[in-house]
Amino acid sequence: MLITCPYCGPRDVIEFTYQGDGNRERPQPASQNLDAWNAYVYDRLNPAGDHNEIWQHSGGCRAHLRVVRNTVTHEILSTAFARGGHKTEGRS
Amino acid sequence: MSPRRTETGGRIDRLRTIRFTFDGAPYTGHAGDTLASALLANGVTLFGRSFKYHRPRGLLAAGVEEPNALVTVLRGEVREPNIAATMVEIYDGLVAVSQNRTPSLAWDIGALNQLGGKILSAGFYYKTFMGPVVGPLKGTRFWMFCEHFIRRAAGLGKAGTAHDPARYERMNAFCDVLVVGSGPAGLMAAKAAADQGARVILADLEANFGGSANWSGETIDGMHAADWAQRAVGQLEGNDNVRLLPRTTVWGYYDGNTLAALERVTDHKEVAAKGEPRQRYWAIRAGTVVLATGSFERPLVFPGNDRPGVMLAHAAERYAVEYGVLPGQRIALFTNNDSAYRSAVALKKAGAAVVAIIDVRADVSNEMRRLASDAEAELLAGHAVVATEGGKALTGLKVQRFDATGGALSGDERSIHADSLLMSGGWSPTIHLASQVGAKAEWDPARQAFLPPKPTQRRPNQQWIGAGAFTGSFSTAEAIAEGRAAGLQAAGGAASSAPLPVVEAAPGDPDPAPVFEIKAKGKSFVDFQHDVTAEDVRLAHREGFVSVEHLKRYTTLGMATDQGKNSNVPGLAIMAEALGKPIPEVGTTRFRPPYTAVSIGSLAAERFGDLKPERLTPMHDWHLANGARMYSAGLWYRPMIYGLAGETVEQTYVREARATRDSAGIVDVSTLGKIAVQGPDAAEFLDRVYTNMFSTLAVGKARYGLMLREDGLAFDDGTTWRLGEQDFLMTTTTANAGKVMQHLEYFLDVIWPELKVTVTSVTDEWAGAAIGGPNARAILASCVTGTAVDNAILPFMGIVHGRIAGVPVMICRLSFSGEMAFEVYSGAGYGTRVWEALIEAGKPFGLVTYGLEALGTMRIEKGHVTGAEIDGRTTARDLHLDWMLSKKKPFIGSAMMDREGLIGSDRLELVGVIALDNRALNGGGHIVEELDEANPHDSLGHITACCYSPALGKYIALALVEGGKARHGTRAFVSDPLRNRFGPVEIVSNHFFDPDGSRMHG
Ligand SMILES: [Zn+2]
Repeated sequence: MLITCPYCGPRDVIEFTYQGDGNRERPQPASQNLDAWNAYVYDRLNPAGDHNEIWQHSGGCRAHLRVVRNTVTHEILSTAFARGGHKTEGRS
Repeated sequence: MSPRRTETGGRIDRLRTIRFTFDGAPYTGHAGDTLASALLANGVTLFGRSFKYHRPRGLLAAGVEEPNALVTVLRGEVREPNIAATMVEIYDGLVAVSQNRTPSLAWDIGALNQLGGKILSAGFYYKTFMGPVVGPLKGTRFWMFCEHFIRRAAGLGKAGTAHDPARYERMNAFCDVLVVGSGPAGLMAAKAAADQGARVILADLEANFGGSANWSGETIDGMHAADWAQRAVGQLEGNDNVRLLPRTTVWGYYDGNTLAALERVTDHKEVAAKGEPRQRYWAIRAGTVVLATGSFERPLVFPGNDRPGVMLAHAAERYAVEYGVLPGQRIALFTNNDSAYRSAVALKKAGAAVVAIIDVRADVSNEMRRLASDAEAELLAGHAVVATEGGKALTGLKVQRFDATGGALSGDERSIHADSLLMSGGWSPTIHLASQVGAKAEWDPARQAFLPPKPTQRRPNQQWIGAGAFTGSFSTAEAIAEGRAAGLQAAGGAASSAPLPVVEAAPGDPDPAPVFEIKAKGKSFVDFQHDVTAEDVRLAHREGFVSVEHLKRYTTLGMATDQGKNSNVPGLAIMAEALGKPIPEVGTTRFRPPYTAVSIGSLAAERFGDLKPERLTPMHDWHLANGARMYSAGLWYRPMIYGLAGETVEQTYVREARATRDSAGIVDVSTLGKIAVQGPDAAEFLDRVYTNMFSTLAVGKARYGLMLREDGLAFDDGTTWRLGEQDFLMTTTTANAGKVMQHLEYFLDVIWPELKVTVTSVTDEWAGAAIGGPNARAILASCVTGTAVDNAILPFMGIVHGRIAGVPVMICRLSFSGEMAFEVYSGAGYGTRVWEALIEAGKPFGLVTYGLEALGTMRIEKGHVTGAEIDGRTTARDLHLDWMLSKKKPFIGSAMMDREGLIGSDRLELVGVIALDNRALNGGGHIVEELDEANPHDSLGHITACCYSPALGKYIALALVEGGKARHGTRAFVSDPLRNRFGPVEIVSNHFFDPDGSRMHG
């Protein structure tokens, strides 16, 4: 699997660390809503198809990327910095 | 001359004799022989015993698909089992042994299983051994009784236990076009792509490129096909943009056109050349893959089809043409298609008598009839083989009239005397790699084979093009045309109308008759390697297995080391017939990597042993030179003890710890994780990350901090130093340095991108030495310049900057040992210089160096926690660190840490344990309430760390125990049955020594 890092270009998956489901929303730090915290900490989407994921380029620039990946075909549909900007579109 | 070796022909070098042994007996062969061809030339017919029934088995094939002739190759102490003799190239001194026989191949007591064949039918294990225990010897209990014997009898080769001294290598390769398979299609594809200027890799699992050209006996461009292939290889060799990989099996095809291949670099050599690895693992990224992997000939299923001497037709042709070996003198062929006629002619030409061609088809073309008469063979059209005869070698066979449409046998049996029976049940394209990347094979009713899908049906991230027999185009002329077209297309070139090489080949219809099995009395094998018969498949059907996946698991069809390369299609056909469904409705299973067995060594490659990365502290060499015994902690190496002559480990650490508490000791703490946390929002960030406050920390001071995970469990601890208003130096435990860094980066990048903070790993930039003990301050005072180190200037948790031996240092007064202690940090390059200066300054005070054991001892005495207690299951409360949980702010984990399950009174809490029998305790030992050594029960918790405490004069431990504090002062027992340790203990506070901290505060 190749992931295109917006800084570093296309790199082998071996350089990246999976950091989980990118759809999770962290409650406000002071929130006391345990259901929301529970969902954030434990619930994960597991679709057969396109999935919004967080990957860290841990063996490279260490940026976190928002990656849309097809979990069936391993196609990468887009990558972008998790902090925003520099989206790379297109199937690879 | 060997009895079966022909006078001339083949690619073996008759002038070079190679000596080797098989099952201890000496044999000779020629350079270019495989173990299979050399033994066959020596008249060996018996190569192995079958998996379940221990039936004698000979060679079935000549290539990678061989299911029977599996051998173990010995090199010194190292044994490699389950290698097909057809893939072993002989070399002087080769030692190979057969497998699955007791005591010898010829006399095998396991063969008695044949008499009980009914008992060992499909599902035997499930039926006999699974389920409720009824009588004394039924069900699961019976299995436990029999397991030992069955496991020894049913099995393949034994793996070795000796350390493998061979070296393995990993290589990354990139190319525009990867061509898998080097037959006429592959050679044409590689040539066409290379001529376009593409970077080409051509890989073939055989030692010699050429594929079928090496034995087809055809003519290409007016020369022998084998010579044509050699010329084509020669043309490729000269190109800078072509890499040729012989003996290289492409075994895995993954997404993104990443392929895994195994190159057998020196397995065929007596001695490896300097620097050569045994095997090389290739990770290949290809723009486009040309799959020219050819096809496998299928066996026919009939009674006695596994007798030694029954072989695939093309395999016999290969042995005769490529190796100059005849599989027999009187050969019969049994076929459902035209290709066997060419084999017959080739064997006749090589000097064998072809006594008969038995064809299931009544209607045989005139062209084939002509070939049969060229071979001087009697043609028995509309006949089938119904039995074979002989013991460890074939002596004859029986045939009967056969109706190919209904499968009925009729008329009298007729005996034919033959020492070799060659069979051809049609051909199956080798679609494994395409299947691995998800290509769904389609049944072609004319070819009676699963073919790869057409290019339009492929998915966008697998760019492969098929060529030749892989696509079901079985003639060499088609292979050449498709190969060139595939090479051009893969390299982005335009289609060519230039003339193609001209092929002269025997005629033949590629479509076989749809006959897979001859139903007659006797065992008819489908899967030779796993001993699955046609009757087993039907039995599975009768018992209700309708899915092909279930069939596979129940009968174990296709699940042996050959992964059903021969048996898949016949097995499906028999299942389809039993179900009364057409084959495509039964479907085929998806192939998965690896295509052939892959050595674990090649996957590990350089990532172990000498080439495993090591992290060494700046003072590493000093430690070695001064008697340290090193201990590997993750990738780090740390001194464990600095032992004196004659000391035990315990004596050493006790001496080191005692000397530290009596005067002073020094320890290398360079391995602690160190992270620079900098920026305008650094203090705010730390407030969110740690459970306690850091924004209130004064510049020039340090604070002990605790981190939780998002789920509220404890994560890591360490001190963080405020070096400036916006500049913090965080320390982490050695083991968690990487995890903490990733944790911080995640929150800054993903959760709080608005915070202006950068985090930088500076672990390797700093050398750290911790010096502690009653005299530590005096030692520092005698060697530090530029600052005072007294209580006013350097209070507890204070930081000063100064110099030692002229080197700038940063000193923080903090304590892990519980003594008055200081951590001295300097630039990593000056670590040893500062360390030596401290040692020198300590001499008048009797300063000792101490290692991890003494460090651990002093921390246990103080009751401090490490990774053994922060084990991913404990909370801050469990560890009595709840005083660090700020109520003034939210922090990571604060919302989740008070959940019901995390605050119950039944949780395991940190306590101290003292052995009352004055014997050592063990990590992992359990704490139990009752004195019942024989049947320990109801564990209250377990020991996490233990030592002999010189300060207390007792064996002590830290433990996580239910009830925790409430049990202080009570007695219990330690139970450690694995190490035969049972004895009374007292449960106490984890703060064994100096609980009010008077020593470190001074
Ligand atoms: Zn990057």
